[in-house]
Amino acid sequence: MLARTVENVYWLARYLERAENTARLISVNTQLLLDLPSGFAPGWLPLVNITGSRAAFDSRYTRAEEHDVVHFLIADRENPGSIVSSLDMARENARTLRDVLPAEAWEELNRFFMQLSEELPAGLNRRTRFDFLKRSILMSQTLTGMLEGTMSRNDAHTFMMLGRNLERADMTSRIIDVRSAQLLIAAEAPEHHPFDTIQWMSVLRSLSGYEMYRLGRRARVSRADVLEFVLRDEQFPRACLFCLRQIELGLHALPRSGAVRHALLTACRFLAGTALEGLGQPEVHELIDKVQLHIRAVHDSIASTYFPQQSRPATEMTVERAQGVLRSLPLFR
Amino acid sequence: MDWNDYSAPGLHDELVAPGGCARAAGHALMRHLSELDQQEIGLRQHAAELAIKSMGITFTVYHEQGGSIDRAWPLDIIPRTIERREWLRIEAGLRQRVTALNLFIDDIYHRQRILADGVMPRELIASSTSFRRECVGIDPAFGCWAHVCGTDLVRDKDGTVYVLEDNLRVPSGVSYMIENRQVVKRVFPEMFDSAAILPVDDYPSRLHDMLVALAPQRERRAEIVVLTPGIYNSAYFEHAYLARQMGCELVEGRDLAVRDDDRVYMHTVHGWTQVDVIYRRVGDEFLDPEVFRADSTLGVRGLMRAWARGHVALANAPGAGVADDKLIYTYVPDMIRYYLAEDAILPNVPSWRCFDPQQLEHVLAHLDSLVVKTIDGSGGYGMLMGPTASREERAQFAAALRRDPRSYIAQPVVTLSTVPTFAGGRLEPRHVDLRPFILSGPETYVTTGGLTRVAMRKGTLVVNSSQGGGSKDTWIVDTEA
Repeated sequence: MLARTVENVYWLARYLERAENTARLISVNTQLLLDLPSGFAPGWLPLVNITGSRAAFDSRYTRAEEHDVVHFLIADRENPGSIVSSLDMARENARTLRDVLPAEAWEELNRFFMQLSEELPAGLNRRTRFDFLKRSILMSQTLTGMLEGTMSRNDAHTFMMLGRNLERADMTSRIIDVRSAQLLIAAEAPEHHPFDTIQWMSVLRSLSGYEMYRLGRRARVSRADVLEFVLRDEQFPRACLFCLRQIELGLHALPRSGAVRHALLTACRFLAGTALEGLGQPEVHELIDKVQLHIRAVHDSIASTYFPQQSRPATEMTVERAQGVLRSLPLFR
Repeated sequence: MDWNDYSAPGLHDELVAPGGCARAAGHALMRHLSELDQQEIGLRQHAAELAIKSMGITFTVYHEQGGSIDRAWPLDIIPRTIERREWLRIEAGLRQRVTALNLFIDDIYHRQRILADGVMPRELIASSTSFRRECVGIDPAFGCWAHVCGTDLVRDKDGTVYVLEDNLRVPSGVSYMIENRQVVKRVFPEMFDSAAILPVDDYPSRLHDMLVALAPQRERRAEIVVLTPGIYNSAYFEHAYLARQMGCELVEGRDLAVRDDDRVYMHTVHGWTQVDVIYRRVGDEFLDPEVFRADSTLGVRGLMRAWARGHVALANAPGAGVADDKLIYTYVPDMIRYYLAEDAILPNVPSWRCFDPQQLEHVLAHLDSLVVKTIDGSGGYGMLMGPTASREERAQFAAALRRDPRSYIAQPVVTLSTVPTFAGGRLEPRHVDLRPFILSGPETYVTTGGLTRVAMRKGTLVVNSSQGGGSKDTWIVDTEA
């Protein structure tokens, strides 16, 4: 299959997954803020940082109230990471792929995009937002299921799987980061420890992972256990390590996979080798930064091995983090 | 639907004969439509539009502000009917015509017998902008250059079917012919039970067979690709459609490279794979920056070299466009006589050649009743509709004709036949043409019917989709079955 085609498939999968996970991200923040006593939470700005789009946000918004940030993340077509932009780009990539996708998948994505565009106001309204996000997640899951159920296991499918799992690993780590950002300040106060458990439950729920956690861990919800579960569970399909292992399986079907395999093993080894017991909020935050850099390295090796080298430049959005770590979210238009 | 409300005075209607009865091919259709009220027809039209939207059948138009945008393909659900017996005659005429055109192109790039024998003046080729010097002496398989031809047919008010033009470069529309049938089957399923409507969906496999036959090598499975200019091309939908239907790669110029061995390769996940046949939908001038336009980013450097050495087949062959110059068109009946010793089965629209001083004088004296066309214009652009043009427009064209007579031909206005079309909540006559597609290779294949295009605005004769035209499903009906 053409190098350019698989690149487009890869990005189609990433954008679809990104749209879904951005919905999860907004959903978890909404839940967390409801759980926290007012006055302690840093509110909505952390979401902008976590999606690596602070500069774009600051250049166009003067306030960072709930309404501004939610608009920026859901409905802002100028924000390349918003749900509506992600779907638009998924659609643009799919448009070039009509010869490799089942016709129903294209029809569904088209319908999905049109329906969501019409429903944007519901996403901005606080009362209807939860349903809107839920529907967005469901639509993406429908499409993913449809593709899994109808696509031949060819190169296109392999790269779709690669894109989906890499984006999912990346976004799962960002969702954990929302939790740590909201608690950077609040956690210092011991009187808030009772909220800790409730909040980790919210993180699990936003990943549709609460039941799987209970089933797999048979343990009460605690910070270390939840981190263990979402970062390196080998059975939960949204856990970072699980996603990376899926990529490893996909590589068997590809030639010249040495460099990717190396980057992947480095990332897995890092995830598997890090102690999660007794980490404070700032350490979790730093850990997540490192996980994302590893994920980024896997992407770079996939791109340099398989994609056309004269290809359109990927637009990079980078953001200076407080700790001085450069965080980037690759974007493709 | 009450047919007493419908009339097309002075026109040839494809469904309703003078006197109000259905023509033979349309009996079943007219009866069926009589049983539906206007509202029901409106509902089915609406259902068809929804189906088109959800199936993503689109064409791309350029828009000054928004860049290019995808528009839903316009389909009017009332089909255009043709009797099978008449169609067989048209089909024979198309075979004959395309056979002669291919013999002509091959002759022009070799001995040029037709010029030596004085059937056509030598200057015509010397001054043609679509004659490609680079193609002289090249021998494509089967002596075939125009592998895919889209010939536009029109029917005048006296019922005669004429050839309006032959599109031998990168004709488009065939995917819409197939999709129109899919949609109309959904909205008139009952018609397909009762009437003997011949199927149309064989085209992609025929195209595939033809392309396979062109492959220069036989040792391994032929690698066939469709070369598209990209997603912003107005026919991108069709390029993707055909690639998908044939199960081959849809490539852009940047996916291909000609290497030192003068062979063409495509960049795949597994490395470089050799390509044997390219169904190219990129125009000649953009095909190879080494030979044609140096600024082209749509083509492949070295492609002409690979083709000339016989390492890759190109369909259509570069240079095939020399025969779809409208001035060359006026000689097609002569070509048929010259190469095949037959009379043309399908007549041309009578045409005046403006490079001939006597004919030019006639054209200038009758500008108000003629259509003047630039010889390389298409899509309804660059023409003068004498009877409706303003005095200034006619004066401008008159000056242009005197300045550069080689570039124009003139024809009488053909009053295109009509078909009932859903407009403003009722059925009204609208003008149509017909574009069948002809495949040439080891054998010749003609589509069953073709793409019927319809001028949606009342009174207008312009059927091009870029100018607000619509389309119809075309039914070849076996009335003897």
